Amino acid sequence: MIRPDADTLLEIVDLQARVEDKPILKGVNLTIKAGEIHAVMGRNGSGKSTLSKVLAGHPAYTVTGGSVLYRGANLLDLEPEQRARLGLFLGFQYPVEIPGVSNLEFLRVSTNARRGEKGEEELDTFAFEDLVRERLQVVQMDPAFLERSVNEGFSGGEKKRNEILQMALLDPLVAILDETDSGLDIDALRIVAGGVNHLASPDNATLLITHYQRLLDVITPDYVHVMAGGRILRTGGKELALELEDRGYDWVDQELAVLEVV
Amino acid sequence: MSSSTSVGDLVSQPYKYGFVTDIETDKIDKGLSEDVVRLISSKKDEPQFLLDFRLRAYKQWLGMKEPDWAALGHPAIDYQEMIYYAAPRQQEKKLSLDEVDPKLLETFDKLGIPLSEQKRLSNVAVDAVFDSVSIATTYREKLAEHGVIFCSISEAVKDHPELIERYLGTVVPSNDNFFAALNSAVFSDGSFVFIPKGVACPMELSTYFRINSGDTGQFERTLIVAEEGASVSYLEGCTAPMFDTNQLHAAVVELVTLDDASIKYSTVQNWYAGDENGVGGIYNFVTKRGHCRGDRSHISWTQVETGSAITWKYPSCVLQGAESVGEFYSVALTNNLQQADTGTKMVHVGPRTRSTIVSKGISAGRSSNSYRGLVQIGPKAMGARNYSQCDSMLIGDQAAANTYPYIRSQQPEASVEHEASTCRISADQLFYLQSRGIGFEEAVSMMVSGFCRDVFNQLPMEFAAEADKLLALKLEGSVG
Repeated sequence: MIRPDADTLLEIVDLQARVEDKPILKGVNLTIKAGEIHAVMGRNGSGKSTLSKVLAGHPAYTVTGGSVLYRGANLLDLEPEQRARLGLFLGFQYPVEIPGVSNLEFLRVSTNARRGEKGEEELDTFAFEDLVRERLQVVQMDPAFLERSVNEGFSGGEKKRNEILQMALLDPLVAILDETDSGLDIDALRIVAGGVNHLASPDNATLLITHYQRLLDVITPDYVHVMAGGRILRTGGKELALELEDRGYDWVDQELAVLEVV
Repeated sequence: MSSSTSVGDLVSQPYKYGFVTDIETDKIDKGLSEDVVRLISSKKDEPQFLLDFRLRAYKQWLGMKEPDWAALGHPAIDYQEMIYYAAPRQQEKKLSLDEVDPKLLETFDKLGIPLSEQKRLSNVAVDAVFDSVSIATTYREKLAEHGVIFCSISEAVKDHPELIERYLGTVVPSNDNFFAALNSAVFSDGSFVFIPKGVACPMELSTYFRINSGDTGQFERTLIVAEEGASVSYLEGCTAPMFDTNQLHAAVVELVTLDDASIKYSTVQNWYAGDENGVGGIYNFVTKRGHCRGDRSHISWTQVETGSAITWKYPSCVLQGAESVGEFYSVALTNNLQQADTGTKMVHVGPRTRSTIVSKGISAGRSSNSYRGLVQIGPKAMGARNYSQCDSMLIGDQAAANTYPYIRSQQPEASVEHEASTCRISADQLFYLQSRGIGFEEAVSMMVSGFCRDVFNQLPMEFAAEADKLLALKLEGSVG
């Protein structure tokens, strides 16, 4: 939902970042306002996933230039956990398994960390159980998953549902979903997309990172950005995604080649 | 990304029990000789049988060599440079706590072990050992009503010499190994527990060991006997001040269970570990063994080993009685330059005996952490069963973890299982937890306590949370 008077949640200006010695982001500009759904598309290696990790504060990436304002504050100064508590959420492409740590306990601790930041009271075990059971329905997840270790032995689809469950509990203002559609069959894709649509509101924003149009068939973006060579090359409406689907990425490569010569 | 999350950047939490109590001490001259053994015995006014026991052990010790098979390295220990007896100068053991030197009570208060009537832990009886002597034992009268004897071993020698003579050295003979022989010759104090036939001890028993003097070795001796059908849960805790010299701690613990008896023995060991460069710290060479003498008896060891510069410790069970059960649950954490070589021995003698071993080793910093365990099934142990699980967790990239399982079976009908795994706390796991609002240190401690849960579940409830906190504290600053 595009509203001219909406608050700006995230403002990325000329963001540059490297991993080890390799520059990946070479000047990304992107502004996200409340109520909007953005999609960033691009080939493998275009820098899409790096963008999501840099925003979330992954220690392997070093920011070498540019700025990111999150609700007016310098996001890059904050620890990853502070970003999360303030309402920035990253849905991982490959959620890691954490043996020995109970999923339920993990969800409770993280939910309370976010609630504390919002000035809400901590939920005890019983109150949290009530909340989590209600939110489970958003992703149609079996409560049995709560009793297991975080993501341990979960199928690809179950891991992604667990990500959206976390999103439903943490109530983020900006949710970045990195290739949430990858590895999902069509039913799981519908469930996950249904969850994302359900959670979208005029107060929050979603940034979808994806390869394929098929996710955008079920979640309609307000803006589509095409990323290549560590930059956003082109921005348009949802029809840009369809154009990409039609014409492939070759023309993007050509535009990039021109740009890199200049 | 930020400085506080890179490898080893954080400064380790200082050891908070490192203070020294300024108290007048009665020490003997350093060095070990037959005269010193006699002097210790006479200071304690011991009966002849005990002096004979000590002298025999001393002679055996003279002919023995320090064991060198463990994966440990340390400069040679000079046994003549050490003091073998130190006691806070006060008169006879006090009947009432009001008479105990307030400085001592204060020391234990600071350690979180209040001894006074008003503040003591409810439902846990404590024997407090300061350097070489026991200074107070709480709840003695209440325990006596049930026929339970809980006192220092020196008092037991005076008040119950027949029990000491009957059981001392019957589980760990004085010539068992170098350190057991040394302990048998010079042991100063420790705890004695006797649970008579059919009695379930009405409260947790606990001994708290405190080393205070800088140049003193600590040689405590613990003996726990559970008669037919009796049961008890016992916990020991240990701390020491920070000195830049190494101190020797060579304890012996003996447990005996008769038919249908059970002993649950838990340890939370937090001796001073030395600083981050490996200077100072306790050398912990301990012999602990339980003897399931009776049928269907049960001995369970749970240990959380977080301190000491060197840990050499193998709490073991000799499963003699038919259908007796031995258990060993261990968490051993090493950080900085700590070294641990620890594990267990399960010796199956009787038929249908069972044993379970769960060992969790966590190595951080530049430390080295080895599990060494023996499962031995004798020819008469028909239908014996053992299950062992040894997991190692590495934190950072400079720590070492080793597993040395030894299995010897002379019984074709026995079943022995061994599982082992190694894992590492990865930067991606930590980032995942952080990206959900969980702070870095909390993320580490969640993963570590998850890793240790099987063992912590075995600790008495009052101490499980403590152990969890202790581990988090020990690891602070070690992950990146």
